Amino acid sequence: MTPLAKLLEAALFASARPIASDELAVLDPDASRAELQSALDELREHYDVDGHGVELVEIGGGWQILTRAEYTEAIERAQLAARPARLSGAALETLAIIAYRQPISRADIEEIRGVAVGGVLKTLHERGLIDVVGRAEGLGRPLLYGTTPVFLEHFALRHLEELPRADELAIALRVQRPEPEPVAAAEPAE
Amino acid sequence: MTAAYAPDVSSPPADSSFVVELPAFSGPLDLLLSLIREEQVDIYDIPIARICEQFVLRIRTLGLNEAAEYLEMAARLLRIKAQMLLPRSDEEQWEDPRAELVRRLLEYQQMREVVDVLERRGEERRNQFARAYLPQAPAAPQAPLALSLSELLSAVDRVLRAARQPNIHEVVPRAIDIPGAITVIRSVLALRARILWTEIVERTAEPWQILSTLLGLLELAKLGEVRVSQPKPFANVEISRDAASEAA
Repeated sequence: MTPLAKLLEAALFASARPIASDELAVLDPDASRAELQSALDELREHYDVDGHGVELVEIGGGWQILTRAEYTEAIERAQLAARPARLSGAALETLAIIAYRQPISRADIEEIRGVAVGGVLKTLHERGLIDVVGRAEGLGRPLLYGTTPVFLEHFALRHLEELPRADELAIALRVQRPEPEPVAAAEPAE
Repeated sequence: MTAAYAPDVSSPPADSSFVVELPAFSGPLDLLLSLIREEQVDIYDIPIARICEQFVLRIRTLGLNEAAEYLEMAARLLRIKAQMLLPRSDEEQWEDPRAELVRRLLEYQQMREVVDVLERRGEERRNQFARAYLPQAPAAPQAPLALSLSELLSAVDRVLRAARQPNIHEVVPRAIDIPGAITVIRSVLALRARILWTEIVERTAEPWQILSTLLGLLELAKLGEVRVSQPKPFANVEISRDAASEAA
């Protein structure tokens, strides 16, 4: 391995969080973007080709060394690490809405979900998946919520754009009608 | 009363007011969507009467009577159903009362698809550990106390040696004798109409004696027996019998 790849490996090993590209650049001010990228590629290939128990993953706006999934059970059985608890359906629904509509107020989330979300928001906030990102104008100036880098990490996303775009979502119910048309009646006559 | 009140233990919990089986559905929209799927109907042309009937039926069987959100949706469906029954005067101007509901259902459905994506990716990520995931190791317990008898005895010795010459400060109470001072001032004033401060306080007087005289003097002044005056700052204090009290 090249010295730069080794340096990155050491930094990734030492870091508690995914390291962003900017932070990697600080490690070696002389290295160019391209050199850093090729060193990352080298490290990833090193793990993949030579057969390692860990892999290099691009996640949450940075890079992180993760254990390979096939060893999870053994590691957990030995009680060396524990998988985080799964999120409830209500929590996932709320997160999905926030991820797409951020910044969004509680009332708007409840409008989409059709149920109260106060408790769910508290849980998500405690787990660091969402944060208050501002206040809306208007009555009561409600708090606005947005997702955090931990959210990206939790769902192995590189960035928010990796979520399917709204127009890419295949609405399952559309299969009822082969050629979906906008609801004619919903549009006021012009 | 005991005879009249006979709880029927064997009755099913159907009439219990709090049987909310929410885990099955995450909200009224979820329930509505699953009905639409079950009934195999077109979401853009929901047979509102049928779906509404099913919805109300399902709320009843699930015991969701307590969940306000479901009741609100049931009311909404009934309203749409009523609106659909109204005769349409102008086919062109007619707005489908279901449109808003359809919009919300599609929005909700879209969100559920995102949930599927998140769930899948979250599950993948759960199966990988990051290095720093390991919880903080608990602090190592303190080593058991190792102490020999001789160490203990020498420690006791040190304490005792230090305690041998205790530096105890004895506090001696010094009575401030105000009544005595008052008697002295009164008797002097009985002889002379006017005296000076320096005349009733001896040059060699100790602080407590000066203090006693001062307090006694102030007490007499308060009682109105004497007048205390000072011609200028730091001058000698003149004490005289109070003319008014003397007159009385």
